[in-house]
Amino acid sequence: MTVGTLTEWRTAVRFGLPNVWTLGALVAALFVALPIVAVVLLALGGDDGMWRHLTSTVLGLYIERTLVLMSGVGIGTFVIGTTTAWLVTMYRFPGRRIFEWALLLPLAVPSYILAFVVTDQLEYAGNVQTWLRAVFGWSRPQDYWFFEIRSMGGAITVMTLVLYPYVYLLARAAFLEQSVCVLEISRTLGNTAVKSFFRVALPLARPAIVVGVMLVLMETINDFGTVEFFAVQTFTAGIYDVWLNMSSISGAAQLSSVLLLIVLALIVTERWARQGRRFHHTSSKYSELPSYRLNRGWGWAATVFCALPVLLGFVLPAAVLAAYSARYFRATLSVDYAGFVINSLTLSAAAAAMALVLGVFLAYAVRLSKGRVVRIAARFASIGYAVPGAILAVGVLWPMGIADRIAVGAAEAFGFGIGAIFIGTIAPVIYGYLVRFLALSLGTAEASLGKVTPNMDGAARTLGMSPLRTLARLHFPLMRGSLATAAILVFVDCMKELPLTMILRPFNFDTLATFVYQYASDERLEASALGALTIVAAGVVPVLLLSVTIAKSRPGSSTGIGTTNPVAPT
Amino acid sequence: MKNLLKNIAQCLAAVALLHAVGATPTLAEERTVSLYSYRQPFLIEPLLTKFTATTGIKVNIVFADKGMLERIRAAGANNQADAVLTVDIGRLYELKLAGVLEPVVSKTVTANVPAHLRDPENLWIGLTQRARVALVSKSRVKAGELTSYEDLASEKFRGRICLRSGKNAYNIALIAAMIAHHGQESAKKWLQGVKANLARKPQGNDRAQAKAIAEGICDIALANNYYLALMLTNEKEPEQKKWAAAVDLVYLNQAQGQSGNHMNVSGAGIVKGAKNKAAAVALIEFLSGDEAQKIYAEINHEYPVKAGVPRSALVASWGPFKEDILDMEAVAKNRDAAAKLVDEVRFDEGPTS
Repeated sequence: MTVGTLTEWRTAVRFGLPNVWTLGALVAALFVALPIVAVVLLALGGDDGMWRHLTSTVLGLYIERTLVLMSGVGIGTFVIGTTTAWLVTMYRFPGRRIFEWALLLPLAVPSYILAFVVTDQLEYAGNVQTWLRAVFGWSRPQDYWFFEIRSMGGAITVMTLVLYPYVYLLARAAFLEQSVCVLEISRTLGNTAVKSFFRVALPLARPAIVVGVMLVLMETINDFGTVEFFAVQTFTAGIYDVWLNMSSISGAAQLSSVLLLIVLALIVTERWARQGRRFHHTSSKYSELPSYRLNRGWGWAATVFCALPVLLGFVLPAAVLAAYSARYFRATLSVDYAGFVINSLTLSAAAAAMALVLGVFLAYAVRLSKGRVVRIAARFASIGYAVPGAILAVGVLWPMGIADRIAVGAAEAFGFGIGAIFIGTIAPVIYGYLVRFLALSLGTAEASLGKVTPNMDGAARTLGMSPLRTLARLHFPLMRGSLATAAILVFVDCMKELPLTMILRPFNFDTLATFVYQYASDERLEASALGALTIVAAGVVPVLLLSVTIAKSRPGSSTGIGTTNPVAPT
Repeated sequence: MKNLLKNIAQCLAAVALLHAVGATPTLAEERTVSLYSYRQPFLIEPLLTKFTATTGIKVNIVFADKGMLERIRAAGANNQADAVLTVDIGRLYELKLAGVLEPVVSKTVTANVPAHLRDPENLWIGLTQRARVALVSKSRVKAGELTSYEDLASEKFRGRICLRSGKNAYNIALIAAMIAHHGQESAKKWLQGVKANLARKPQGNDRAQAKAIAEGICDIALANNYYLALMLTNEKEPEQKKWAAAVDLVYLNQAQGQSGNHMNVSGAGIVKGAKNKAAAVALIEFLSGDEAQKIYAEINHEYPVKAGVPRSALVASWGPFKEDILDMEAVAKNRDAAAKLVDEVRFDEGPTS
């Protein structure tokens, strides 16, 4: 943007057109919401007796299983995520420096891959039971009891292990950004460290943790691959069944719309529950965080507590995949492997950049707007995260198809004959990623903005800065760490994404995930283990970057970007 | 600066020239056909490679196991797919009902594929058959102990059967066939009986059922015939050979007066308004012809639909058998009812519920 237009815009903003942000936000939100609208419109078709059938048979079961799964994964990720974040932020114990970043690693592992690996190890023919039989001299399944892996418990465990990093990430960033003064005051008022955690740190970090848990719940609700693998009949499994076996896309869309309503209700409830509370603090004193040394017993307990999720959620699958890759790498040699890698990286990077820009824009527009319209629009636009991927893909196809018709029609009017320019290109894939993962960038940006006291906006604006300049000069530096987080989360999620990519991609085009799926869909993941391992490896680099960013994000941190930070240490 | 601009201009000119030289003739001569495939590409690649080598027609492909009908519909007149390949009758029939297919007009195809394995108007064409057979433990199931699908509900098999999810397309097709033969009510009773006989909650794919028998979890399973063949010949994953070695294949419902073994088809159809229709017809002609049918038989151990093309040696070693000649569309029409039956008896909850 040139200086001229910027000035013009600023002038426009200052002189009675405060609606530029509102308008822009509404247009952007509508753009992202189109596929979701399409799903809702699809739902207007007939239901072919689907509801009567479902309510009289398995609907109750679907709901029960979904609730159990969500509760299990929600509680699991909350406990693991916040506890480990608090431990590595506040205490010194063996391995802490490693866990700071290692705890993020499971984020790079797609849940369907972990599901496969865990089952592979724990089922009857797996290493664990084979070893048990050898040790105890059992020879048949009837000789002993072993838990059923392909079960609700298995699904909860696997999804908790790959999803807790969302909570860890956001909780840790929140703990790091808390002013030490608040904690010190808590201690001087006689609270123990543990009590300070529950009465001060945790409540202050609530918006961030809630964003994390919400993301986890939405991922849980839209998952199909993992629940199918573990034979757990959730609501989403039901959606696919109605679509594919009962051949009713409108019935599937109706069920998806119900899912959307449930998620909206969840979001509204949470917002309502923290209505009127504020989570920024007025102190800007950021001295080095104190870190309490744990005594030996507790120290090692902390080590084990932090090590387990990393071992099970990352080291195990990576090791198993590496072993398979060594055995089966020949199968991968015959394909255009580098091409898959490039495709995955390009799509993910493009989607991450776009999601970031859009997320910050919407988050800031929400902050600026006084009315509710923008807030509601932004909320609705980010709900794509909760829609099962394949259904969302159908929703994406609809506006893309219309855009194609318009484009082809317009070209014809000018005497050109062209084919479709959207469907069959990578545009729908990136659009789909954007719709799906906007919640990640928007949520992170909002949480980050929420921690900046509006007094600062007021000060900046009083000094004559436009909203855009305020964003660029004041908020952006403050949010930098969180923004990197948002971009990386979207990137890593796109690398793992499967259903949207599969349905929307161009001809003769594969990503690592679609390549792996060819074999994984036949439960022969080992044949494409190198592909799976690459997805994981490609996720590790950004995840490591992420942890560096967070460590540096602490205002006043001696190693970090504190010097460019307007809230400089006193 | 001037030089730089000049360089860029030269580059652009060169690129344009290359395009003019390279692209124009290929546009005129290069024939292509674009496919949406529900089949995993590694299964059909050898066939498509042969097709391109023989005809010079290049094949574009998207593999996706769902959503292709919706993609065709959303694109409308701008649809890019010329043909669709599927793995069971359900998808073919769904495409037909949605009105997105057009007849395959080809004497070669009608000569190659018997009438009962294609649509009356040739909207879909069956390309291979697969049999849903019983796999039984070599050591724990006596010869003649299990002879029919109906038997699976018999009390003597309590706790001895393993199956994948009732919602899997192949099981849905089998249950749909049971409905077609016996009616809704009897099929429901049968399905309840089978469920009561399960050794564990339905899970895994067809191969996993053979594995479960090898491990002693159960004695009987259902699987598509080619899975057994692929496991028996799997040099890359030798543990699968061990699973396969533990089971015998049994064709079901073979006795006089019985329906014969349940069959499904993989097939193809041409998308309405296909831009490369001639190439799509050529592809289906090729896939139903001797050479391709032989590859299907040899590499994937399916049953060729073309008369005279031999089964693979391994499949042939299982001997001749009686097929269920039930109309494929009767199976497809009952899929919805079958899926609902699976819900009604809560089949996927397993034996204990």
